[in-house]
Amino acid sequence: MDPITLILKVVYALVMISVVMTCAGYCVLAERKVAAWIQGRVGPNRASLPFITAIPIIGPFLQKLGIWQLPADGLKFLFKEDPVPGHVNKVYYFLAPVLALVPALMTMVAVPFGQYWDEAGVGHPLILANIDIGILFILAVSSLGVYSIVLAGWAANSKYPFFGSIRASAQMVSYELTMGLALLPVLMWANTADGIGGLTLSNVVASQDGLWLAFIQPLSAFLFLIALFAETNRLPFDMAESETDLVGGFHTEYGSFKFGLFFTAEYAHIVMGSALFVLLFLGGWNFLPFLAAPWPHTLVGSVLSVLWFFFKVCFMIFFFIWVRWTLPRFRYDQVMHMGWNTLLPWALVNLVFNTFLIGFLDKA
Amino acid sequence: MAKIVDRKPLSLLEKTNIPQILKGLYITLVNFFRPKVTLQYPDQRPVIPNNYRGVPTLVKDPNEREKCVSCQLCEFVCPPKAIRITPGTISEEADTAHVEKAPQEFEINMLRCIYCGLCQEVCPEEAIFLQDIYSINGLSREELVFNKSKLYELGGVLPDKHYKWDKKRDDALHGNENH
Repeated sequence: MDPITLILKVVYALVMISVVMTCAGYCVLAERKVAAWIQGRVGPNRASLPFITAIPIIGPFLQKLGIWQLPADGLKFLFKEDPVPGHVNKVYYFLAPVLALVPALMTMVAVPFGQYWDEAGVGHPLILANIDIGILFILAVSSLGVYSIVLAGWAANSKYPFFGSIRASAQMVSYELTMGLALLPVLMWANTADGIGGLTLSNVVASQDGLWLAFIQPLSAFLFLIALFAETNRLPFDMAESETDLVGGFHTEYGSFKFGLFFTAEYAHIVMGSALFVLLFLGGWNFLPFLAAPWPHTLVGSVLSVLWFFFKVCFMIFFFIWVRWTLPRFRYDQVMHMGWNTLLPWALVNLVFNTFLIGFLDKA
Repeated sequence: MAKIVDRKPLSLLEKTNIPQILKGLYITLVNFFRPKVTLQYPDQRPVIPNNYRGVPTLVKDPNEREKCVSCQLCEFVCPPKAIRITPGTISEEADTAHVEKAPQEFEINMLRCIYCGLCQEVCPEEAIFLQDIYSINGLSREELVFNKSKLYELGGVLPDKHYKWDKKRDDALHGNENH
């Protein structure tokens, strides 16, 4: 690999990380704002920057949106005193928040986010590393996130974080099964006889040229969505935190920047999960079902495809937040019951049904 | 006698919880777009209703005469003992010498005051009033013990035209059928 390609790769990676981290950060703001609006409140609207807020109309508007709350919160996490409780296991205590963020950010490598066209007019996905195991890589790496929760709960050496981490790990292991089983029919559908084949997500997106997979396989989409909520530890599945009965769950003993890392990781997971759901079931950067994209096959077209993809991801993030402020938390035994007794059998039924359906369609 | 409530078994669709979840999502979405009623407090102030019981203050009559005659009724009635009056006399040369007494010092401890309004109710001279000021603050406890000048500054002039003591003086000088 020549040095210029290497430097370009590093630059791309840095750009991607900054975009995803900014998204994760503004997810926090979105969460606070949407929560406030749903509950009839106003939300953060006081933080302001000295010169920008002085601009007429735009300045006060941005302040009302709470745009400057994110730097304020982030800087607070950076500069706060960072106490380490005396009873913790120091090594794991410091390792856990790092382990939380790394897998969340690493999954983005295999996530395509747009399309570009070469001189011949052939479309290629915009992606950091176009590895042909795509979705497997994402599943494998994102599952590593559970280690941070287990380590955090163990290192904290007190009972509530321990309960939180036990619950979270049990839940994540249970729902991973459903997630994988819900994915199989999608990949079978994408790998039709005349398809490109392989496990890359761009392949799945290409197969949704006409109808989105959410309409072809609604049950797969539904099961995957539920499993996604469980995997990202979002309400109604936030067993890991359950702040009402477990104080703060696995990160009870964490403060300041280490807590900030956990927090960012949670939202990075949401961004990645939303992107994954959009790619698998909502047609990725395809415009609308049965409607070809109205943009040309040029640079402008690829920018628009990225923006369209980003818009869908934003909607999914909103959906995540919307559900959080609508549903109450499940009880732990209900979560387990639902995962093993309801979702898993349905995922199997879905797999068998779709296998026969796809086999039948291929024959015909 | 217990009332028997007929509980219908859940239908298959209801057992999946999906219709209820969709209903819930709809409700939160409706709330999402509903206009917010929050008052942006320090920027927007609430409308204070009449007869609001805020900070107690002393008032003067339209002739700038201090109405308080230091009878100390408010001091006695004050439940948390927030008022302290040092009575004083009006000098013989003054225009209002016939009123005889005025407070030398009048202190209300705003940290003790419970804004009950008993002082206003009990005052025979209508000299103390609870105003619409509801937000007071200071950097020390001493600062929040309001003295006479501060209380008059907050209270200002009460524009009622009784002139009780002027009438008394006129009656004493010129006489009327009751005097």
